[in-house]
Amino acid sequence: MTNAIELRGVEKTFGVTKVIQNINLKIAQGERHALIGPNGAGKSTTFNLISGYMRPTTGSILLRGEEIAGLRPFQINRRGLSRSFQVTNVFANMSVWENLRCAVLWATGQRYAFWKNIDNLPEVRERTAQILEYIHLADRRDMPAGLLTYAEQRALEIGITVAGGADVILLDEPTAGMSHAETERAVELIRRLTEGRTLLIVEHDMSVVFGLADKISVLVYGQIIASGTPEEIRGNAKVKEAYLGEEAA
Amino acid sequence: MLELIVISSLNGILFGMLLFLMASGLTVIFSMLGVLNFAHASFYMLGAFFGFQISRWVGFWPALVLAPLLAGLIGIAVERYGLRHVHKNGHVAELLFTFGLAFAIEEVVQIIWGKSPVDFRVPAVLDFPAFTIFSTNYPAFKMFMLLVSVVIFLSLLLVLKKTRVGLIVQAALTHPHMVAHLGHNVGRIFMLVFGVGTALAAVAGVIAGPALVTQSNMAALLGPILFVVVVVGGLGSLPGAFIASLMIGLLQTFAVSINTSPASLFGPLDPAWATTWLSDIWNVTVAQVAPVLPYLLLVLVLIFRPMGLLGTRET
Amino acid sequence: MRDITTRIAPPLPTTAEKLKFYGMWVGLALFLLVLPKIFASGGALTTFCLIGISIIFALSYNILLGQTGMLSFGHAVYYGLGGFLAIHAINYFGGHKWPIPLPLVPVIGGATGLFFSALIGWVMTQRSGTAFAMISLGLAELIASSALILRSFFGGEAGVSANRTKMFRVFELSFGPQIQIYYLVAAWTLIAIIAMYALTRTPLGRMCNAVRDNPERVQFVGYDPHVVRYLAFCFAGMFAGIAGSLAAINFEIANSAYLGAVQSGTVLFAAYIGGIGFFIGPIVGAIFVTVLSIGLSDLTSVWQLYFGLFFIGVVMFTPGGLTGLMMMHRPLWRAGMLTKMLPSYLLAGVPTFAFLTGIMLAIETTVHYTAHPNEDPNIRAFGIPFNATSPLTWSAAVLLIVVGFILARITWRRVAHTWDETLTAARAKVHPL
Repeated sequence: MTNAIELRGVEKTFGVTKVIQNINLKIAQGERHALIGPNGAGKSTTFNLISGYMRPTTGSILLRGEEIAGLRPFQINRRGLSRSFQVTNVFANMSVWENLRCAVLWATGQRYAFWKNIDNLPEVRERTAQILEYIHLADRRDMPAGLLTYAEQRALEIGITVAGGADVILLDEPTAGMSHAETERAVELIRRLTEGRTLLIVEHDMSVVFGLADKISVLVYGQIIASGTPEEIRGNAKVKEAYLGEEAA
Repeated sequence: MLELIVISSLNGILFGMLLFLMASGLTVIFSMLGVLNFAHASFYMLGAFFGFQISRWVGFWPALVLAPLLAGLIGIAVERYGLRHVHKNGHVAELLFTFGLAFAIEEVVQIIWGKSPVDFRVPAVLDFPAFTIFSTNYPAFKMFMLLVSVVIFLSLLLVLKKTRVGLIVQAALTHPHMVAHLGHNVGRIFMLVFGVGTALAAVAGVIAGPALVTQSNMAALLGPILFVVVVVGGLGSLPGAFIASLMIGLLQTFAVSINTSPASLFGPLDPAWATTWLSDIWNVTVAQVAPVLPYLLLVLVLIFRPMGLLGTRET
Repeated sequence: MRDITTRIAPPLPTTAEKLKFYGMWVGLALFLLVLPKIFASGGALTTFCLIGISIIFALSYNILLGQTGMLSFGHAVYYGLGGFLAIHAINYFGGHKWPIPLPLVPVIGGATGLFFSALIGWVMTQRSGTAFAMISLGLAELIASSALILRSFFGGEAGVSANRTKMFRVFELSFGPQIQIYYLVAAWTLIAIIAMYALTRTPLGRMCNAVRDNPERVQFVGYDPHVVRYLAFCFAGMFAGIAGSLAAINFEIANSAYLGAVQSGTVLFAAYIGGIGFFIGPIVGAIFVTVLSIGLSDLTSVWQLYFGLFFIGVVMFTPGGLTGLMMMHRPLWRAGMLTKMLPSYLLAGVPTFAFLTGIMLAIETTVHYTAHPNEDPNIRAFGIPFNATSPLTWSAAVLLIVVGFILARITWRRVAHTWDETLTAARAKVHPL
């Protein structure tokens, strides 16, 4: 079985700084994989490389065995990979309903259609409604996304990410800045929405990471220093020293 | 032929330096405030008309200092009471504000000084030929213009490299997002930058006024070329603006002096085609096409380097 | 599944709502039909034609600015090219006796606009934001200057004229009289409004809004923002071409002013003053600006300055335009609390009016001194006579400006305060917690 995502010798340099050094990473289909590491380790950059936001300096990135390094973000998205953003990145002046609907359009084959009435597309309607139900924002349906509370915007962010039905999902710190109760709800939401899909998640909250992930990779100074099941990571001396140690101290 | 090359090069560099006097202010304002000042050429025009009026009252030399000061003060007022107020409505509103301003300034200038050119003369001290190459007298005033723009160019470099404000401006050019973190006096710096930028444009106006035509449409004529300069150079890049200024300055000056057309090269068109659109193209001289050339350059640059020559920023 | 959709999705329009919706368009058609019966003078008909053309043009502009977030300073290029092609088409079809009637000429204008925007647009729409604005300006200058070089096609300074009555006739319509032109323009205006409204309700239309709000995120839901901008640009160019060809039919001439900077600026003014955030905004703006430019030019010689100042005022104080201003009051109107705002509006209105009067007086006095210093100082502006040389006039102007400004500042602060209170009350009344 081919891996959902595979990174082979990926490097990224900005000027003279090597932000990502020779990353090799395999994520199997259906796996929930967490990427952890201290601030500035290059987690977001890794996301940016996989999702096409940036181009790797060298190395190759495979999505289900196909090379995607160097493709534009929308081309990668059309191949079934979707990502969320660490800083909420929604369509602020459009309603929650419109936000989700825009995320559904390409996946339902509407493309750039200018001859179809958008309110008259049953499949788009159904899928949008379903996502809206999943993220529990039905009562905010007609509110502009910019006016939602922070936690609601984060939920919408996840909703937009999964709405297109991509089977590889990348979530960048989905629970950052949330209260404990909000985090619990968000984890439940993520668990449900990524059922049967491949998930790569960057997260700082260790309870979220260990509760959700099947596998964990630890990124420090642009290098993956360990990769394995939660138990293996918990027992790994290098990880304790480099990362978990500071939290325990 | 050699004569033409020497004179055109001089004129081209001169025009290029004038363009850069304006483009530098425009670029720095854009990098720091995030708004492309559509009215920048209008301050150039204000400089010319203030220079004309003040030199009538007290002479050209005081005007050279007072007119830019006055224009700079207006610039400061525009930033403080206009732009800053519009800022919260976003970049489109800011750009439209300066667009409206350019429109209003042109109307005001028309009301005060009329639509026809005013008689803005070269000061008597500089009204002599500086030197003669072959058979052409090169006016001293043009050498003076070149001198002023080079001096300002060098002092700008010095300010940028050696002073605190200069360092801040440099930082803003390379890291525009950091401008917001400058602290309390960010408002004062914005005001200052806008004031100095508009004053520089006005200097260009005062020295160009007597040499070119001082008329109420001069901003509308020059403005689009100025924007071509900053887009071709790459939005937010000072070296890019410098290169593009000289390029466009030389390109236009050389084009104006070439009276060659396809007809003069290949002979007249077959009479069968003489009344068609082809004859328009066949008989047009390079000089007649000169006004179009900067825009053609823009199109070419956009096709081959969409970010501009030295540009790195998307917007 | 079905169950979730019916419970959660916005309800589909009921038959009554559909009837109301289609009834609105029928109503608009009927209104356009009877309008010349109410205002039958030649001047009124000409004004209506100008308004119709201006509406199509402003709406096409708003496909760019309001819907897709692209600020263009060169939209008149497609208007002008549509106009020129229409004029040449009228001459050619009329001269060669082709069986094509005048009402179909705007199709040629639209095709021209579409062709050129499709040709030029791909390079232009690579960039967005400020860079796009500057590029649109540069390309407009390029085409406007080229038009003066290609004299045989664009007719140089004089332009190209045509005789619209020489075309093939159906139903014995000569299209000589203005009333026939009115109905031609009205029909095309209705078609264009409906088409552009429909465009906003398509997948492309919605993705245009998404590109306006957040082009970066659009890439991550599978769309290429460049393609979205390009398609929007093509549509905008097509409708601008239709508007331009109607102008050419109306005036029977096309000249280089059609594609110049002034025309581009005017459509920007119209769309923005009307309000770019709403579909009807540019319609309101087109009517307002057309009527204002006709009306103001009779009242004062410097109407363009007032026009520019008015535009700056809109940008500074009501960025939503006239329509935005009206829509702001909708929650109050629904709650029936609009009257609560009236006293503070009146209170603020008096000093504001005084301030504006002072400014106008100062402007008109200055105009007298600079433009006609040797003429009779007893001048009229806005139909009001006054003496421009009298110190009384000057001091009145200064007094009005200073006192008006101070009082206006104070009273507008009160308006803002009352506004917040009333809006909160209105919201509580409509959605009780």
